[in-house]
Amino acid sequence: MATYAAPGQPDSVVSFKPRYDHYIGGEYVAPAKGQYFENPTPITGRTFTEVARGTADDVEKALDAAEGAASAWGRTAVTERANVLTTMADRIEANLERIAVAESWENGKAVRETLAADIPLAIDHLRYFAGAIRAQEGHLSQIDEDTVAYHFHEPLGVVGQIIPWNFPILMAIWKLAPALAAGNAVVLKPAEQTPASIHVLLDVIGDLLPAGVLNVVNGFGVEAGKPLASSSRIRKIAFTGETTTGRLISQYASENLIPVTLELGGKSPNIFFDDVAAQQDAFYDKALEGFAMFALNQGEVCTCPSRALVQGGIYDEFVAQGVKRAEQVKMGNPLDTETMMGAQASNDQLEKILSYIDIGRQEGAKVLTGGERADLGGELSGGYYVQPTVFEGQNSMRIFQEEIFGPVLSVARFTDYADAMTQANDTLYGLGAGVWSRDTNTAYRAGRDIQAGRVWVNNYHAYPAHAAFGGYKQSGIGRENHKMMLDHYQQTKNILQSYSDNALGFF
Amino acid sequence: MSEISTSTDVTEQVPEVPCSGTGRVALSPQASELLVSLTGIHGPLMFHQSGGCCDGSAPMCYPDGDFKIGGSDVHLGDLSVEGLEKPIGFYMSASQYEYWKHTHLTVDVVKGRGSGFSVEAPEGVRFIIRSRLFTDEEMRELGDR
Repeated sequence: MATYAAPGQPDSVVSFKPRYDHYIGGEYVAPAKGQYFENPTPITGRTFTEVARGTADDVEKALDAAEGAASAWGRTAVTERANVLTTMADRIEANLERIAVAESWENGKAVRETLAADIPLAIDHLRYFAGAIRAQEGHLSQIDEDTVAYHFHEPLGVVGQIIPWNFPILMAIWKLAPALAAGNAVVLKPAEQTPASIHVLLDVIGDLLPAGVLNVVNGFGVEAGKPLASSSRIRKIAFTGETTTGRLISQYASENLIPVTLELGGKSPNIFFDDVAAQQDAFYDKALEGFAMFALNQGEVCTCPSRALVQGGIYDEFVAQGVKRAEQVKMGNPLDTETMMGAQASNDQLEKILSYIDIGRQEGAKVLTGGERADLGGELSGGYYVQPTVFEGQNSMRIFQEEIFGPVLSVARFTDYADAMTQANDTLYGLGAGVWSRDTNTAYRAGRDIQAGRVWVNNYHAYPAHAAFGGYKQSGIGRENHKMMLDHYQQTKNILQSYSDNALGFF
Repeated sequence: MSEISTSTDVTEQVPEVPCSGTGRVALSPQASELLVSLTGIHGPLMFHQSGGCCDGSAPMCYPDGDFKIGGSDVHLGDLSVEGLEKPIGFYMSASQYEYWKHTHLTVDVVKGRGSGFSVEAPEGVRFIIRSRLFTDEEMRELGDR
């Protein structure tokens, strides 16, 4: 067990450059307007690098590079593209600590998570799509004896991707792996809260891709994201974020008649049926861990199990033990491998979470634990830390209905199966859900009745590459992960061929 | 842009500019001040309240008309800002409004870096919503619409 030295110190495994430009056409290019913005680490609140403040001119330059590269990349043999992806994965694996520490410093999350989840999952994702693209085959249909319909997969061309700040590298790879495997060129805009760690990644893998296949334009949404999303030069836009921006991006996409995939978050229920406590065994302990999963990544996960619904028969004891479990979540320096929960990603995020804790109290929800900003002392005093917080209340309260995106759990009671399903589905969103039961029939029925794209049964927060992920209702459009994701980055070409020598006889 | 004033302590009651809004939504003095300078840069503005992931639950501020309001939106009111000719419309999706309508909203501003396409982000600040429950009397006056 160890504490990694902070980037910038001589013994750190990673050092950030003092400044990052845009990555366009395989090289670093200064922003057209010459402006940069400061990038602080949420761990201490101090700036550690500055990043190019991109504008429409920079986006155009990146689109030039992508258009120049798309055609050749789209025609490479799938073996070649798959090999590039697996080599990217190998390089990242060889630099795991360096990238994981960079990601922790950038986002504020505990290095324990980046070492065990974010970066290993990114590696696995690249390998999965390397395999998936080689295994993908087109289809053919014999229409009649002399006529055949061939269906080919073709890349879309140049695509735009806008990445969120909660998993800066993993979310970039979720979008990049299928897009690159399918033969597209990409212009990617990282979140302005977390613009730097992807450049540490590019340092490791940038040379593996032909120039222009992957271009990164940094900057603010209004200045760089908007020109990208509204450009008539992209063939698709992919976005992870919130509903209003999702609608705005859809509006731009409709003007250009291009497809859009949106991942817009949720308010995921985590449902514990009475039979969970039938025995005090390993499974019961696993369920308690499931209850505490809201603290993963400081609650900054679109699928955060932020609503726990617990059946009346076990409610008092299970919730009391669950709260105890949440109180064992160890806060501290995110670069310490013992730390379980780190800093929120930005000051405004911290303020928003505290605002929600405030409205929760006003609405009469009871604080069972936490409920305050945490001051971890020393250098960490400048960072953005919130105690793991558990509220008890009703599903109609705003803290049960809005994605707080912090370590805040809202707990309510349900009476029977029907009540559980009513409360679970009484939400605008439908991204994730958890069901905990020893009865497979109950678990199966609940899994099917919950209106969400991903239902975890007797587990939570697992993200294997080959399980489809995406939302029902206002949680978005389209899916990520799984080989079906290749379709989101491909056109279907149909060649309808006649092998007959004879005229139809019509004219 | 000169130094932007922001609220610093979330637990303090945020004051509102009198007559800056409606019974449902109003502005803090800092938000009002910021809207004047942002209008100078971007022209007339509007708000649409977001929900969902990441920067969800944040009020998004756009050049007026950039975001297309539709039949699925509710107009909570117009925000009046001293020094601006045109009031600033505040909208929210109707489905989200159903869960919010028992609370009064104050648009405030804090230091930070929101994402999304909201126009204040490059200035190093972020609009934020402070909420309080309506009293029974206020609910009656608003007709609980």
